[in-house]
Amino acid sequence: MKELLRGDARSLARAMSLVENGAPEAEALLDEVYGARPPSPRIGVTGPPGAGKSTLVAEYALLLRRGKRRVGIVAVDPTSPFTGGAILGDRVRMSELSTDPEVFIRSMATRGSLGGLAARTEELCELLNAWGSDVTLIETVGVGQSELDVAEAADTTVVVLTPESGDAIQSLKAGLMEIADVFVVNKSDHTGADQLVAAIRSSLALRPEGPWKPPIVRTVATRRQGIEELHAALESHRDHLSDPAVAAPLRREKTRARLKNAVREGLLDALWERRGLGALLDRAAEGVLAGTVSPYRAARELIERMTDDGERSHG
Amino acid sequence: MARKIRVLVAKAGLDGHDRGAKVVASAMRDGGFEVIYTGLHQTPEMIVQAAVQEDVDAVALSILSGAHMTLFPRVLQLMRESGIGDVLLTGGGIISKEDMASLKAQGVGELFGPGTPTGAILDYIRKWAQEHRGATMEPAR
Amino acid sequence: MANAATADTFETLSGIPVKPLYTPADVAPGLDARLGKPGEYPFTRGLHPEMYRSRLWTMRQFAGFGSAADTNQRFHYLLAQGMAGLSTAFDMPTLMGYDADHAMSLGEVGREGVAISTLEDMEILFQGIPLDRVTTSMTINAPAIVLLAMYVAVAEKRGIPPEKLGGTVQADMLKEFIAQKEWICPPRPSVKICVDMIEWCAEHMPKWNSISISGYHIREAGATAVQELAFTIADGIGYVEECVKRGMDVDDFAQRLSFFWDVHNDFFEEIAKFRAGRRIWAALMRDRFHAKNPRSWHLRTHAQTAGVSLTAQQPLNNVARVAIQALAAVLGGTQSLHTNSMDETLGLPTEEAATVALRTQQVIAYETGVTSVVDPFAGSYFVEALTDRMEEEAMAYIRRIEEMGGIIQAVERGFPQKEIADSAYRFQRQVETEERIVVGVNRFGGDEEITIPVLKIDPDIERRQIERVKAVRAKRDAVAWERAMGALRDACMSDKNLMPFVLDAVRASATLGEISDVFREAYGVYRESAVF
Repeated sequence: MKELLRGDARSLARAMSLVENGAPEAEALLDEVYGARPPSPRIGVTGPPGAGKSTLVAEYALLLRRGKRRVGIVAVDPTSPFTGGAILGDRVRMSELSTDPEVFIRSMATRGSLGGLAARTEELCELLNAWGSDVTLIETVGVGQSELDVAEAADTTVVVLTPESGDAIQSLKAGLMEIADVFVVNKSDHTGADQLVAAIRSSLALRPEGPWKPPIVRTVATRRQGIEELHAALESHRDHLSDPAVAAPLRREKTRARLKNAVREGLLDALWERRGLGALLDRAAEGVLAGTVSPYRAARELIERMTDDGERSHG
Repeated sequence: MARKIRVLVAKAGLDGHDRGAKVVASAMRDGGFEVIYTGLHQTPEMIVQAAVQEDVDAVALSILSGAHMTLFPRVLQLMRESGIGDVLLTGGGIISKEDMASLKAQGVGELFGPGTPTGAILDYIRKWAQEHRGATMEPAR
Repeated sequence: MANAATADTFETLSGIPVKPLYTPADVAPGLDARLGKPGEYPFTRGLHPEMYRSRLWTMRQFAGFGSAADTNQRFHYLLAQGMAGLSTAFDMPTLMGYDADHAMSLGEVGREGVAISTLEDMEILFQGIPLDRVTTSMTINAPAIVLLAMYVAVAEKRGIPPEKLGGTVQADMLKEFIAQKEWICPPRPSVKICVDMIEWCAEHMPKWNSISISGYHIREAGATAVQELAFTIADGIGYVEECVKRGMDVDDFAQRLSFFWDVHNDFFEEIAKFRAGRRIWAALMRDRFHAKNPRSWHLRTHAQTAGVSLTAQQPLNNVARVAIQALAAVLGGTQSLHTNSMDETLGLPTEEAATVALRTQQVIAYETGVTSVVDPFAGSYFVEALTDRMEEEAMAYIRRIEEMGGIIQAVERGFPQKEIADSAYRFQRQVETEERIVVGVNRFGGDEEITIPVLKIDPDIERRQIERVKAVRAKRDAVAWERAMGALRDACMSDKNLMPFVLDAVRASATLGEISDVFREAYGVYRESAVF
């Protein structure tokens, strides 16, 4: 623990595994870590697959390194729902960073989590913060409900689009357009870039005006173009966030959402472990299959059982 | 503690033939492993820093260029220096039985030549992880 | 394909279903037009009326290892054994544009091929070889322009002008991004340099094949025969388009485009692939690109037996595999052929193994009688049906790639790479479930000890090569070098043809690594996104 706080990579990596695997020591570890250092900015990077998120994250990290900042990167990729395994390949685009001791990259698999983040992504960001990360970048899977997840976990959310996603802007999920604090049009040297920028602008115009107007930054990540502009946009959002009138309600919202998630996760685990939910579920499934009970009734009965039992045993 | 087995699959050196590495990585994914794939042209330093950060159970190198007698020992040495000498170093490629024995004597794990069924590699790593890292596969929820 | 006694379905390696019997009803009408005669459009039956009756294919065995002196010795040996032309294998550092003393070259010098860092190395490599009488193929891609310049400079020193030089430089970067993965710069500048070579050679080296549009590596990476056919031809279309965009007349360069096929185990499928390939290309060149000269319609090809089909278990079996594959290439009408040595899965070939490989070609050429008649399988209901089918399936892929905006776009999007990764994984699963049999590996095998001798590379070669490179740098004219390098750097910022500038740099003793570094600076270094 002490080593972690002193910036030791191995301790950080091991702590991350303990937390990811839900080891018994994890809770105590996280308690200790929370508040060990003032929170550093977290930047979420999301967008459709193929948008160039990894390259962009790598280039931005290089820029931060040139400014001598310590960088943490969490890259999330999907777990196969059939096999439980995953190929985590985001590091491929980050080769230049992989001998820099001031950059810590950790790949996470979603492990059944439905959003674009893994269940413990935020906790791993906490650990990175304790390790000394000045800026933590979170790269998501880019499909599913990832947008909402990352908006909760990050202070600033970057949505990366490319001219190839241009046609899809009509059908791009509303969520994606709404959670962006900064838009990046990557591969902006491809045809269609101007149209995409225009489409984003008109889409933004339709939204009710808020205190923050998301800027649109054009980049060509593979050629290191537009990264400075991205940095400026991110810094600008950070300044916006530092206004207490803005920050306080946001922080309250996020903290509450986080607690809710943690409780929900914990409840299910507790029921599984302590109330034998697993076995009961199997039995109920048999009943539904045999046709003796409807799935809705079976679920209701299970929930009652889970909640009533507790009351009764306290009585 | 039931958990996932994490393996780093890397192409070390200049060799660009990644068909085998990718097939093995896919097989590992299908076997329930989490595979951190680093891509081509990895130096020993890059491989070991990644292995440390990702807290893997095993590092698997694919080398078909003949440079294995330089690269495996170097990776092993760096692993030990970085405090992850307890992590398995395995791999495959065009490596003679003689060279495999020599590397094993230095502390490298089993190595797998051409024609090895992917199942054999997965079984080896699973068994090793269970014996040395106490890892058992997570039951389905 | 499966054990005949248990299979429900029979398929080619590409997955094309195969019936037990073929009859005239299986051949679509209009066969005569689809076949033509050998030497006539659409060249399905071969590029020349007499084919091997008047001239055998070129027996061209890939060779290279260790130092330039070692490979030079192997060259002389093979030529003495009756090999007709040279084919050079370079080591990984050379292939990737690194000098022997670069950090990335550690442990790799001289291991997969010959180490060439300087013009001096090149001179030693071709010592005693009459470059005006022997043709040389160089398997080099990312820094191909440097090696080509060095070859020209060596010949120059011997008083042989470039127009007398015959041979091939592989220089097909598109397939690198798809399959072989030996790159320096990103796709667009890499292709630009390939086009520079095609343009320069069209003007100065009329006997030289300025590109070898390759399917071999695509196949080896896991593609099926149909995918190999499709992606290679798509690459060819890409290069022709780039040349035409530059303002070149298609008839000025098309005759010096060459191809390179893999030859795998599925005997009839491979023959069909060669035939379908010629027909597709002829139609494209004549009807799409409006080439007027019939020679511009020729798909001239080198072939190599499939490395990936060889086994480390029971290596002697590989001699049989190679013989059958070589036969398919000959019956398919190849212009030149490399046969693999039996020990390829264990290391670089020993002299003995390389000799057997060469003899295999000679047995086919002189003892089997297949060279006496052109395209003997023409008219076979099966082979014609298969040829037609392969053409159809390949064209479907090619159209898809066109819809994506062409091969460069498709490559940037990872399309061919994904198809290949899928095919590779599918094949592996088929082998592991014994749906596909590999003799000696998942059937009829054992854990026998492999007892054939294996070539060992002297580890001291690396140290000596490093010394040589440093010596060249120390004793060259620094002023001339600086001037040439400066001019090259400037040229990279323009869209001038780089060949004259690389030639000047090479003459000023710039090393391969130094010139490659100029490209890295100017065009950036490519980083792939892993596609699974």
